[in-house]
Amino acid sequence: MSDAFLEKARSFEGRDVGPAEPGADAVNQAMIRHWCEAIGDTNPVYTDPEAARRSVHGGIVAPPVMLQAWVMRGVRPRPAAGGNARDELMAILDAAGFTSVVATDCEQEYHRYLRLGDHLSMTSTIESISDEKKTALGAGHFVTTRSDYHDQQGELVASMRFRILKFKPGERKTGDQPKRPRPAVTQDNAFFFEGARHGQLLIQRCKSCGELRHPPRPMCARCRSLEWDTVEATGRGTLYSFVVNHHPQVPAFDYPLVVGLVQLEEGTRLVSNVIGVDPADVRVGMPLELEMVAFDDELTLPQFHPAPG
Amino acid sequence: MTATTTLAYDDVNVGDVLPELSVPLTRTLIVATAIASRDYQDVHHDPGLAQERGSKDIFMNILSTNGFVGRFITDWAGPDAVLERVKIRLGAPNYPGDTMVMTGTVVEKHDGLVEVAVKGANSLGDHVTGTVRLALPRDTT
Repeated sequence: MSDAFLEKARSFEGRDVGPAEPGADAVNQAMIRHWCEAIGDTNPVYTDPEAARRSVHGGIVAPPVMLQAWVMRGVRPRPAAGGNARDELMAILDAAGFTSVVATDCEQEYHRYLRLGDHLSMTSTIESISDEKKTALGAGHFVTTRSDYHDQQGELVASMRFRILKFKPGERKTGDQPKRPRPAVTQDNAFFFEGARHGQLLIQRCKSCGELRHPPRPMCARCRSLEWDTVEATGRGTLYSFVVNHHPQVPAFDYPLVVGLVQLEEGTRLVSNVIGVDPADVRVGMPLELEMVAFDDELTLPQFHPAPG
Repeated sequence: MTATTTLAYDDVNVGDVLPELSVPLTRTLIVATAIASRDYQDVHHDPGLAQERGSKDIFMNILSTNGFVGRFITDWAGPDAVLERVKIRLGAPNYPGDTMVMTGTVVEKHDGLVEVAVKGANSLGDHVTGTVRLALPRDTT
């Protein structure tokens, strides 16, 4: 990664993140209860007023380790513009390819426990941005932030040092690339896949009346004959219909994936992929040409790219 | 289950071992704890996006790990124990279907304060290692 990038990122060291970030809600019993239920924490000082009154706290307190929850942004999206220094730094790291994030270290000090009605706000400083490190997750930079939490009176109630790793998701090794799903080969369609392995796109033909048909099946729909043979297609056709698949993604395929219904010049249609073209440029009716693609040692399938000219 | 009575400072000794806590990491647990901590990062609830970001599945967020460390300590120490500092480092992610087993040992005590070394391990290795400093009452009578 270029020195200019790291210099730009490092310019954030020592910078305050921005104005104090206030919690959306005051410390309240509902959020404490949800937390304790999810964590399975049965400590009565968090949820049982009577037991809490008898405790050293003299009343309900929030679990100290719940600290960050009081100022979390929640599901609200970040504003598109005008973010704070942390947002700016994250955007710089994102732009350099370090798009994933994982928290690695957290140190919290509690100066006092929080009570119902306390309203926290957080101020943060970006402490450091590490050199690029190789990690099990991928190459990345550790970003360390220090935060102070104040209550509604401005009293410092807790402090935290938090470290995250911003990293590039590891490149998938080619050996790990999953294979395309295998077709379900039957005695009716085996010729099609066998032909593809030999570089031929075969069409089933009725031996009695000469009708072509696809997908393969045992009986002619026109004359009901069970006798058939095959003819080799020229590989020329046009795009009859298509969809561009973005989601859900199956690892063996590249996305966006153009799934097309190809009208062969012989008259039959088959489902295939349209390749070698920007999905945005695919149009119904465009002339196509066969390209046999060997996906691995066992699987070769007909694909189509735009016809030249 | 949190002890109903709190340990007294004088009853705790360096080398004491905390009762083990086994946490079955269901998918529901990972999502519920993330949401209870108001953490809506997709890697904690959306398997597809978690995979795109280089993870094999969704994984527990660090706020919840803190939550389990806190629970593990007061389950042992009791309701009058007061946590002063929690310092943790994350390692192997907590993925759904795994189990995290939490263990701890008292490593230091002075002036009413006790320091406990904690560890939460799953089938991949140590998910969390760290230390917790807590204050215990001198006399619980």
